[in-house]
Amino acid sequence: MYRYDEFDAAFVAQRVNQFRDQVDRRVKGELTEDQFRPHRLMNGLYLQLHAYMLRIAVPYGTLASRQMRKLAEIARKYDRGYGHFTTRQNLQFHWPALKDVPDILAELASVEMHSIQTSGNCIRNVTADHFAGATADEIADPRPYAEIIRQWSSLHPEFSFLPRKFKIAVNAAPKDRAAIQAHDIGLQIVRNDEGEIGFTVYVGGGLGRTPMIAHKVRDFLPEADLLAYIAAILRVYNLEGRRDNKFKARVKILVHEKGEAAMREAVEQEFAAGARDGLELPRAEIERIRAYFALPALEAKKPVSERCERRRGKDAKFSSFMQRNVAPHKVPGYAIVTISLKPIGGTPGDCSADQMDAVADLAEDYSADELRVSHEQNLVLPHVALDDLPAVYDRLASVGLATPNAGLISDIISCPGLDYCTLATARSIPIAQRISQRFGDGARAREIGPLKIKISGCINACGHHHVGHIGILGLERAGEETYQITLGGSGDETASLGQITGPGFSTETVVDAVETIVSTYLGLRRDPSEDFLAAFRRVGMAPFKEALYERSAGSDI
Amino acid sequence: MSEVITANRLIDGIVVFQAENGWVEDFAQATIYDNAEASKQALARAKEDEARDVVVDSYAIVVEMRSGHYAPKALREIIRAAGPTTRPDLGKQAQGQSPRFVEGR
Repeated sequence: MYRYDEFDAAFVAQRVNQFRDQVDRRVKGELTEDQFRPHRLMNGLYLQLHAYMLRIAVPYGTLASRQMRKLAEIARKYDRGYGHFTTRQNLQFHWPALKDVPDILAELASVEMHSIQTSGNCIRNVTADHFAGATADEIADPRPYAEIIRQWSSLHPEFSFLPRKFKIAVNAAPKDRAAIQAHDIGLQIVRNDEGEIGFTVYVGGGLGRTPMIAHKVRDFLPEADLLAYIAAILRVYNLEGRRDNKFKARVKILVHEKGEAAMREAVEQEFAAGARDGLELPRAEIERIRAYFALPALEAKKPVSERCERRRGKDAKFSSFMQRNVAPHKVPGYAIVTISLKPIGGTPGDCSADQMDAVADLAEDYSADELRVSHEQNLVLPHVALDDLPAVYDRLASVGLATPNAGLISDIISCPGLDYCTLATARSIPIAQRISQRFGDGARAREIGPLKIKISGCINACGHHHVGHIGILGLERAGEETYQITLGGSGDETASLGQITGPGFSTETVVDAVETIVSTYLGLRRDPSEDFLAAFRRVGMAPFKEALYERSAGSDI
Repeated sequence: MSEVITANRLIDGIVVFQAENGWVEDFAQATIYDNAEASKQALARAKEDEARDVVVDSYAIVVEMRSGHYAPKALREIIRAAGPTTRPDLGKQAQGQSPRFVEGR
């Protein structure tokens, strides 16, 4: 893992002291709320429905045990005993008091964490594949590049006041687990014919009220030009992006209005004109950063664990867990374990302080001290020996974290919605809870197969509903919550935006509508290997629309 | 139309309601303003409290009688006055402070 050097540590400590002074002056009345708000937002502190909300960066979703323990300690000491992992691989505390936030930030700094650039019109936390550094299918670990971008973009003088927020994601496997085409810049690590590492660069993706899939602007960007090219994109955006209308200020709107070809030309011109000067990445520096992310020394083991297989043969629940929550590791005899934060009927992404401690202990005992946070609001133990899977499973089960539903219908992304968020127009968590209760994590969910449901409580789309196989958007009409459904969205390498089924559904009927969609899919799929998304892409909207609005009384509008 | 003035307390962000002698956490103790002029004056006092750095983001919410008790009309404000609907152990409802009609939810 990356460790802070002296500069990083001093920088973060200085920021804590600066914010402590700002809070002190605010409480004494020396700063008005209008003066203070930009400062608190720059430190990830929002005012939400019930209280303040502190968003903490988990760079590229990587955590060490001591950091997870610190989050647990903060949850107990300063919050309400839990935290909420988000689609940005971050953690949010929903109840901190303003007066305590400087102390919380100091606690975070003691374990090399912070809340810098988790809000504001700057380059936000850089996200990455949550299986990075462990997955068998990656070309290279994407995190060193994400870390290089993090260092370069932190308090970058030119890019701290962009027209709007800016999100960058890096993925290195053919399977896109980082939803790069839904980001302002998406970087796909590739190799060219000479075997050199570089990036396919996507620009202008994003969700929110105007969802767009990103445009590919470069097939192969040499590794050394990473920062120079990103700087060129940002410079074009900073100069040409709209500042007259907040809702049209993201780079996706610029790319859309300017056109893909013109955007590419502008970026290439900027790049050629000297963005490279002084920004070419020295190979030694790349290697220095890469060394922090070296694969832990994992003792080679047999590719099949007899202990694990024996347990599998006699324990159906363990077998389900193996099937759904365990993925191949690049080292034989090891696996990547997804810890679902989607217990049936629970709040997606919520994790109690006790669970955080338990997961930290597991990482320390079985996963080389490493943890990951996924944008799907789950946790990951990236380096677990197959022989240890029964023990890891038992310990997860003892703290309610062994739900065997990764990638299934009850593994739902949901924003906090109207239960917490000041922007929300409808609740999203209760819908997620009812859907997960309806379909569960057992035989029925497995029969349905891979299916991603994503729920947002407003058009800002923090729940990524546009790229859900089934997307649900909560709106308010005449004082009532109503839910619009989209089908066929995808955030992976085959990215697409969902299509609206038709009129929305009420709180009472929306779960039945999902059931109708699922039943329709089960009735028309060629065989169980044709998953929901593939079936939808084959047959289109018509059979689902018919089932929802003509054959059933599902719609109430 | 009856209204109540609400805000968040500066120091900890907790939702508060304007009462005769200051700000209270419990919606049931909030002062109900039954006419627009009274509500306007109350909001002006709230803005003074904002200027004094006691509260932030004050505004008026519409309340209505339900089951013989006043409650916020909008779901958003019911949730602010009670707590997350998914976590009865959190927020004001956990301290017995929700608007009467949502008790026992």
